[in-house]
Amino acid sequence: MTLLAVERIKLLSTRSPWWCALTALLLTGGFTALVVSNTSPQFPATVASTQFAYSFGMAVIMVLATLAVTTEYRFGTIRTTFQAVPNRTAALLAKTSVVALIALLIGEVMAFLSWGLSMAIKPEADLALNSTADWLNVAGVGPVCALAAVVAVAVGILVRHSAGAISLVLIYFLAAENLITLIPEIGDDIYKWMPFNVAHKFVTGDGESAGGAAFGQPLSTSTLSPWWALAYFAGFAVIMLVVALATARKRDA
Amino acid sequence: MIEAQGLTKRYGDKIAVDDLSFTVNPGRVTGFLGPNGAGKSTTMRMMLGLDNPTRGSVTIGGKRYTELHHPLRTVGALLEARWVHPNRSARAHLSWMAKSNKISPKRVDEVLDIVGLTEVAGKRAGGFSLGMSQRLGIASALLGDPEVLLFDEPVNGLDPEGILWIRKFMQRLADEGRTVFVSSHLLSEMALTATELVVIGKGKLISQSTTEEFVARATDSTVKVRSPQLDRLRPALEDIGATVTESDGGLLVSGASSDKIGELAMENRVTLHELAPQQGSLEQAFMQITGDSVEYHTDIDTADAAAASAAATN
Repeated sequence: MTLLAVERIKLLSTRSPWWCALTALLLTGGFTALVVSNTSPQFPATVASTQFAYSFGMAVIMVLATLAVTTEYRFGTIRTTFQAVPNRTAALLAKTSVVALIALLIGEVMAFLSWGLSMAIKPEADLALNSTADWLNVAGVGPVCALAAVVAVAVGILVRHSAGAISLVLIYFLAAENLITLIPEIGDDIYKWMPFNVAHKFVTGDGESAGGAAFGQPLSTSTLSPWWALAYFAGFAVIMLVVALATARKRDA
Repeated sequence: MIEAQGLTKRYGDKIAVDDLSFTVNPGRVTGFLGPNGAGKSTTMRMMLGLDNPTRGSVTIGGKRYTELHHPLRTVGALLEARWVHPNRSARAHLSWMAKSNKISPKRVDEVLDIVGLTEVAGKRAGGFSLGMSQRLGIASALLGDPEVLLFDEPVNGLDPEGILWIRKFMQRLADEGRTVFVSSHLLSEMALTATELVVIGKGKLISQSTTEEFVARATDSTVKVRSPQLDRLRPALEDIGATVTESDGGLLVSGASSDKIGELAMENRVTLHELAPQQGSLEQAFMQITGDSVEYHTDIDTADAAAASAAATN
């Protein structure tokens, strides 16, 4: 408990979490506004369309998460942290938890902000959250952001270098998984099981929240059901974290 | 009390700390001396559980650092003043440290007051001068009111008033019964502050003794003699077996006490203008003893340079 409070003090006493939160909200809000205000009868505004921009916000959140740990290495305060709390696993776990909680918060705020903005822009469209799929599409953004943040923290712990860790996280998230599909024969099969693709399944399901509309954000090709998809992504995050914590414990500070 | 036993740290092929064993006792300031690259910082990091020893161990009060509960309340350390996030305020930095070891928030204000940073407590640490960062580091070492204190180059960046303050402060802490372990390059400062010395070179222990013993052992005791009748005195000295060397305007005699030289002068009707026993300096002792263990040499002839600066200060 104390360690959580300590990490909260550390995270909120610097400027980056505030800037990241602001950027995530502006980016998603702005893009959503653009999408929704240009909808037409062929491309209707649906609940799904309010969440098209969630991956932008998620990228920003992942950068925040990585920085939360790499700046400690950069400025040497990781040594001060391990001096104060020699149980490195507990200290890093507390940090990951606080970052994940903040990611959850920012994720939910950005999702509902986009949804609310869409309702304001197109009040005549049917954007009510009626089905489970609708709710998962909007409220599901938070948990996915939280787990993505855990993955980003794990990468930060392993790589330790700000620029390197952020590049790795962003390139993987924004590009690498999609490029797997270019592999002939087996590319699509591998892609079905790539973690962020599976996470996307949790948020967008089989497209029910888009009301069967043909256009828009591609759906996930994962064959898991939405809840199993979340479990899969959570498992991936946990494995990354375990590897990171084990490494941090054994090596020199 | 800090005890190192067979402490060894190896980075690949390079042995940074080689079978180091020493004890640091409470109630006094112990200096940790060594040339660059000798392994001082590595040893201190191993004391704090930041680096893992390849072999051997170092314990504080009988326990390893990782076994201590709320370690900041037992050991306070200043290893590097710049290990602070630049956008964080001094107060926030101390607050999270205090909270992590369940130290009362009032203590944060107390230590800020002790080091004189109360006015700038709310300013971001990135804007601090080197002296202010150093003082913040000292404040964080004092936070838990610990019985063991480790300082790595604490006077670095302090002005003369600050240097005097930290010297008196460390001595006061030692007088209170705490264990104070200071590593430094500033030999003149070390001579004034530390009563015991642990000297290492190339990772190995060179000596552990009191400061006086160290200086006495390493430097020859010589006597400086000036006289208008040196040509009569010199052979007389050489007759009794003393070694005589010329030295700016006089002679440096080793192997004979100043009493003996005075009596010899009387017997040979030699007037003495100066008869001064030369106290070896810590710098000379240090250069002599650690001469071969310097990791990164410069080309300056160090023995002559040390003698010249010793003569300049005398």
